[in-house]
Amino acid sequence: MYSLLRTIWLIFLHLFHRRVTVEYPERKAYLAPRWRGRIILSRDPDGEERCVACYLCAVACPVDCIFLQKGELVGGRWYPQQFRINFSRCIFCGYCEEACPTYAIQLTPDFEMSEYDRHNLVYEKEDLLISGVGKYPGYSFYRVAGLAIPGKDKGQAENEEPPFDPKRLLP
Amino acid sequence: MASVTIDGRSYDVEAGDNLLHACLSLGFDLPYFCWHPAMGSVGACRQCAVKVFRSPEDHKGRLVMACMTPATDGLHLSLDDPEARAFRASVIEWLMTNHPHDCPVCPEGGECHLQDMTVMTGHVHRRYRFRKRTFRNQYLGPFIAQEMNRCIACYRCVRFYRDYAGGQDFDVFASHRYVFFGRSADGVLENEFSGNLAEVCPTGVFTDKPLGREYARKWDMAGSPSICVHCGLGCNVTVNARAGRLRRLLNRYHHEINGYFLCDRGRFGYGFADQPERFRQPLRRGQPASRAETLEHLKDVLAKAKIIGIGSPRASLEANFALRQLVGPDRFHLGLAADQHRLVSLIIDVLQKGPAPAATLAEAEAADAVLVLGEDLPNTAPRLALALRQASRQKGFAIADRLEIPRWLDISVRDAVQEERSPIYIATADATRLDDVASGVYRLADGEVARLGFAVAQAVDGDGPRVPDASPDLAALAQVIALALCEAKRPLVVSGTGSASQAVVEAAANVAWALCHRGREARLSMVVPECDSLGLGLMGGGSLADAFQAVEAGAADTLIVLENDLYRRAERTAVEHCLDQLRHLVVLDHTPHRTAARAEVLLPAASFAEGDGTLVNNEGRAQRFFSVRPPPADIQESWRWLRDLAALRGDPSVTAWQRLDDVTAACAAALPVLAGITEAAPGADFRVDGAKIPRQPPRYSGRTAMHADQTIREPKPADDPDTPLSYSMEGSAVALPPSAIPYFWAPAWNSVQAVNKFQQEVGGLLRGGPPGVRLIHPGHPGRRSYLPEIPRPFTPRRGRWWIQPLHALFGSEELSRHSPPIAERLATPSLALPPTDAARLGLAEGALVELRLGSETLRLPVSLHPALAAGTGGLTAGLPETLGLPLPAWAEVRAVSETPP
Repeated sequence: MYSLLRTIWLIFLHLFHRRVTVEYPERKAYLAPRWRGRIILSRDPDGEERCVACYLCAVACPVDCIFLQKGELVGGRWYPQQFRINFSRCIFCGYCEEACPTYAIQLTPDFEMSEYDRHNLVYEKEDLLISGVGKYPGYSFYRVAGLAIPGKDKGQAENEEPPFDPKRLLP
Repeated sequence: MASVTIDGRSYDVEAGDNLLHACLSLGFDLPYFCWHPAMGSVGACRQCAVKVFRSPEDHKGRLVMACMTPATDGLHLSLDDPEARAFRASVIEWLMTNHPHDCPVCPEGGECHLQDMTVMTGHVHRRYRFRKRTFRNQYLGPFIAQEMNRCIACYRCVRFYRDYAGGQDFDVFASHRYVFFGRSADGVLENEFSGNLAEVCPTGVFTDKPLGREYARKWDMAGSPSICVHCGLGCNVTVNARAGRLRRLLNRYHHEINGYFLCDRGRFGYGFADQPERFRQPLRRGQPASRAETLEHLKDVLAKAKIIGIGSPRASLEANFALRQLVGPDRFHLGLAADQHRLVSLIIDVLQKGPAPAATLAEAEAADAVLVLGEDLPNTAPRLALALRQASRQKGFAIADRLEIPRWLDISVRDAVQEERSPIYIATADATRLDDVASGVYRLADGEVARLGFAVAQAVDGDGPRVPDASPDLAALAQVIALALCEAKRPLVVSGTGSASQAVVEAAANVAWALCHRGREARLSMVVPECDSLGLGLMGGGSLADAFQAVEAGAADTLIVLENDLYRRAERTAVEHCLDQLRHLVVLDHTPHRTAARAEVLLPAASFAEGDGTLVNNEGRAQRFFSVRPPPADIQESWRWLRDLAALRGDPSVTAWQRLDDVTAACAAALPVLAGITEAAPGADFRVDGAKIPRQPPRYSGRTAMHADQTIREPKPADDPDTPLSYSMEGSAVALPPSAIPYFWAPAWNSVQAVNKFQQEVGGLLRGGPPGVRLIHPGHPGRRSYLPEIPRPFTPRRGRWWIQPLHALFGSEELSRHSPPIAERLATPSLALPPTDAARLGLAEGALVELRLGSETLRLPVSLHPALAAGTGGLTAGLPETLGLPLPAWAEVRAVSETPP
C-alpha cells in the first residue's frame, strides 16, 4: 500500500519537473558542429570541387560504403567522375573525413535521412556535393600541391620556385 | 659463403654480394632507391647506409653504403645503429625537400617506393623552410606520363633507359638540384621498353598513362597471374582490374623469362579486351541473338553438317583441345599459315630431337656469343632483344672479373669495360634496333642468311652440308663468326619464324648442333609469332590447306573457327573461295576481324582477362594464365562453348567437362607430349590454409557501394570453379605457389619492389621455383644436322623485287592493334626499298607505287630503307593492307607517282 501511494506521489511531483521530451520535429535538437552525421562533399574557396579522387576515404571506410572513380579535367585537375556513398551501410565513424587530405569529405550535423526504401539511401555525387566550404574555410589543396592546374602554373604553389629550364647553361 | 654478423646475430651470405643485396635477401627492411637487382649499384642516393665495425670490440664503426660494400667473411655490421638510422632519416629528409605536396593526386600513391621508404625511416615532418625547385613536364607519348617535380634524382630511369635498354632519346640534363630526366624535346619515347620506367621509377615521376586515364589505386585493383598474349615468349604478367574493367598490366617476376621488365606491346596491349567493338553476345548473321536460340540453331546445324575445325595459335591449349575433341583429331586443323605451320613443326623437331636445348631468356642473357639469323628481334620478340642486349655485356663481365670488380658495381664495370662487347652477329633482311650492340650486321635476303648459317655450321664442325658457290667473302665471314662462337662458353643461336624461311631455321639448327658436337654448351632460341604457336604445333593437326581442300572437295560444309582470323593465315582469294563454299561458318572469338564478320554464328569467347588456360611459349614451357574478372553474362571461355556444342551432338566425354582442370587433364591424357601441362599451375582444388587465394588485396574498397546503384544487397562474389583463386578479398595470400601470385605486396612494401619478399634471394628464383613446366627436353647428344637443298645465291632480277616480311612492334600483332595507346603508334603500310633501287625507278620517299604480288595488287607509298640489300624489298606483315600475303615472294613494282602526293 505504501509503495503504491509513494509511486503515485512521485508521479504527481513530476508535474513540476522540467520536461525532457523535445517536440521533435517541431523543435530541433541541438547538434554540435562536429556532430558526425550526413556526409557531404565541399568546395574550395574558389567554388571548385575539393575532392581530388585520391581514394583515401574509400580505403579508410571500415564498411567499404564509398565508391568513386577518378576523372581528370583538361589541364590536369583530378576530380571524382563518380562518387557514391551507400548510407544504408555507413556507420558515421568519420574515418573518411579524417583520411581526406583536402577537407573535401565532411560529416555534418544532420541525421534526418531516414527512408522507406533502402535504395534511396544510396547517394550519388550530385546528392553529396554542396556549394560551400563546410567546416574548413580557406583551404584549397591545389594552392598547396605541386600539380599544375588551369589557373595555377608550375611554380605557383606554396613554397615553389619558378620552373627551372633544364637547358639553361648557368649553374 | 661468408659469415657476417648483423646486429649481433650471425648469418651466412654469398661472399662478394653487396651488403644491401645480402640484407634484403635475409629479409631485413633496409631502405634504398638507386639500386636495382637487375641494374646493380651506383651509390647515388645514399639511402642504404649501414654501420660497419672493424671487429666485435669496435663500437665506433663507420657508415658505409650497403649497396657499394661487398660482404666479406667475418664482417660486423649494424642496421639498427642509432647513427645509421639517423643518417638514413636525414637522407630521406633531404630527398623530400623538393618533393611536391601532391601524393593525393599522384598515380604512384599507395604503391610508391618513396612513400614506403619514408615511412620506413620515420621521417614525418618537413623542417626545410625554403622553396622547392620545379620543372615543366614533357609529353612523352601515349604510354608514359611525366611529373618531374616528384623526382628524387636516383638516376634509375636513365640507367634503365640508356644503359640497360639501349634507348638514345632520353637523358639527364642540367646539374645539382636541378637535374632533369627526360627527352631533349617533347616527343614520343622511342625505345620499346619505355613502359618499364613506370615500374623502375621509385616515385611518381614516370607513371602508366593508360592507367591514369582510368585510374584506381593498387589496393583497389584485383590482380591475377597471367601470361602475355602478344608474342611467343610467354612473359609473366599481372593483370589488374576493378569494377569489371581492365586497368593495367604489370610485370610479374619470372626469373627465367622476363625478370623485371616487359616490352611496351605486352604492357599496353591489353586494351583489346575492353574495346567497345568487342563481341559481348552471340551474333547470328551479325545480329544479336540470345544464347538459347543460338544454341538451338546450332543444334540443327551440327546434326546435319560435315564439320571441320580450325584452331588458333592465340587460343589456349584447352580451347584448341576442346575443338579437336568436338570435330575429331583428323578433322582438326591448326589454323597456321602454310609457311608458319611448316616452320613451327620444324622448330619443334629441332628442339625435340636435336642436342641443343631451347634457351630461357635468362640463359640468353648469360650467352657470351650470339648469332641471330633472320629474326628482327626488337619487333618480333622484344624481350629477347633486351636479353641479348645484356648478353653483349658478358665479355665486359669477364673483364670485370679479371680486374676483381664485382659485377654489381655498375659504373665501375662500365668504366673498366668501355666499348668491349661480346660477339653478337646479326644477319637479317633489314636493320634492327639491336644493331648498336652487334659486332657484325649483315643485311641479306633470306636465302643468303641461310647460306651464311650453313657456312658457319660447316666452319664450326667441318661436317654438314657444304654451301655451293660460296664466295670467298662468305667463307671468310663464316670463319670469323664460327671462331667467335667456338671461343664462347655459352654460345647462343637465335632464329625463328620471322623471315618465314625454312632454310634459315635449318641453318640455325645446324650451327647450334655443330657447336654442341664441338662440346660447347650451345643453346637455341627459336622465336615463334604467337602465344600458343608452339603448343598448337605440339598438339598437331592438319594444315590450313588441308582444311581448304576438304571444303573444296565437299568433305566438309561447316567450319568452326576458334579465335582465328583466316585472312591473316592465307591469301584473301583462297580464304574467300573457301568461305563461299561453306554452308555454315561458326566463329568463336572476342575481337572483331574479317573472318568473324562473315560468320553465320558468332559465339563471344573470353579473352585472357576472363578466361583461364594453358599456353606454351617458345622454349616449350607450359604456363597457366588466370582470369582477373568473371566473364560477363553471355561471354564464356571457348572450351565451354565447344563443350556446349559437343553436348548438342551428345558427345559424352566432352559434355562431362565441368571445369578447366577436366579439360587440362583430358588433354594431358590424350596427348603424351602435353602430359606435363597439368603441373603448369595448381589446380582448382588447391587451397592455402583451407581457403582460396584472394584476387583482391585486403584493403579493396567500395565493396558495399560498388553495385549499390543496381542492388542494395551486396551481391555474392562470383564463383570461380576453374582456378584456385577467388573473386574476393577472402582467403589466404601467404606462402603462395609461384604460378598463382595475384599481386606482390608485403607489409611495409607497397610498391612493386615488394617482389623482393617473394624471392629466395633478391633477383633470384621465386620461392617455390620457376612457374611453368618445360614440355620439350633436348634429344640425345648425337651428331645431327639438316641436309637440305641449300638455297642458291641471291641474284636480283630486273623489274622485280624479292619482297620479304618485315615486322612492326606496334601493328604486326593482331590483338594489341586494338588497344587504344598502341593504336596511336601503329606502323603505317609502306613498301620498303633500298634507296639505290628506288632511285633507279625514280622514286622519292613517300612516292606511290603499285605492287603486284601473286594475285594481289597493292598501292603503297615507298619508304627508303638504306639497309636493305639490292633487289630486295620489304612489307610490314600483319597490317590490314598486308594480311595474308605469301611473303617472301617476287613482286613487280611500278611507279604511280614519283614524288609524295
